[in-house]
Amino acid sequence: MAEADRRFRTPLSRARGLGSAKAGVGHFIGQRVTAMALAVLILWGVWAALSVATLPFDAASAWLRAPLHAAPLLLLLAVGFYHVRIGAQVIIEDYVHTPLLKTAALIANLFVSAFAFVLGAVALLKVAFGAAGAL
Amino acid sequence: MTESQAPAGSPALRPRPVAPHLQVWRWHVTMAGSILHRASGVSNYLGALVLVGWLLALAGGPAAYGAYMSALGSPLGKLVLFGFTVGVFYHLANGVRHLVWDFGRGLQPQVADFTAVVVMSFAVAASLAVFGVALFVGAV
Repeated sequence: MAEADRRFRTPLSRARGLGSAKAGVGHFIGQRVTAMALAVLILWGVWAALSVATLPFDAASAWLRAPLHAAPLLLLLAVGFYHVRIGAQVIIEDYVHTPLLKTAALIANLFVSAFAFVLGAVALLKVAFGAAGAL
Repeated sequence: MTESQAPAGSPALRPRPVAPHLQVWRWHVTMAGSILHRASGVSNYLGALVLVGWLLALAGGPAAYGAYMSALGSPLGKLVLFGFTVGVFYHLANGVRHLVWDFGRGLQPQVADFTAVVVMSFAVAASLAVFGVALFVGAV
């Protein structure tokens, strides 16, 4: 990779690390693969939302205790927040060019998406294992 | 030295002139489709946070859950949920369109124009269908 770079970039630009190397192949593939998973998970999610929306609290908690409901929902959270984080990263890189602000935004994006995922996962597992609320 | 870029952290340079684009290009439906994909992606991020809120409310007990569901069920809440639904379905359909492009198919302008309209129509139609079902089962 460095050899190919040497033909097209000045030594100074390589040393500075500037240039277009943004998403890279890993991000490209990751976005596509998570998109395929989400295509299924989201359709399930719409059905799940319609099923749960009418349920009172006890029935909704019981719904989430079923592994067949908890598992895809947990996957939806994990895959979804990964996809959303990578997507937001591209948006930030496209629009924010001040180096300090861009770095801060990228880190904030990572922290927010990671924390939101863990928060949602912990709440989900609490309910799914029957350890939540007034049970 | 080829480029005179300021080192990281120093004040930004005087803004460089940029060739006009939005002011001069006629709007194509494919352009609209592209920015809608990005906008719906952002809206999906927010929707994911609302989903986390729902899980927190459920884990928080009947009072918390009741309050959260009341908020979602308010007129504003329903409007926002409908908006999220359109965003989800648009991003889903356009995402599939992107995957088709990744395999090199459907890239001709006429085809891309047509599929752009198809995914926009799908987003609205599917959202209306889902909310129709929701009304029917009493979820909305």
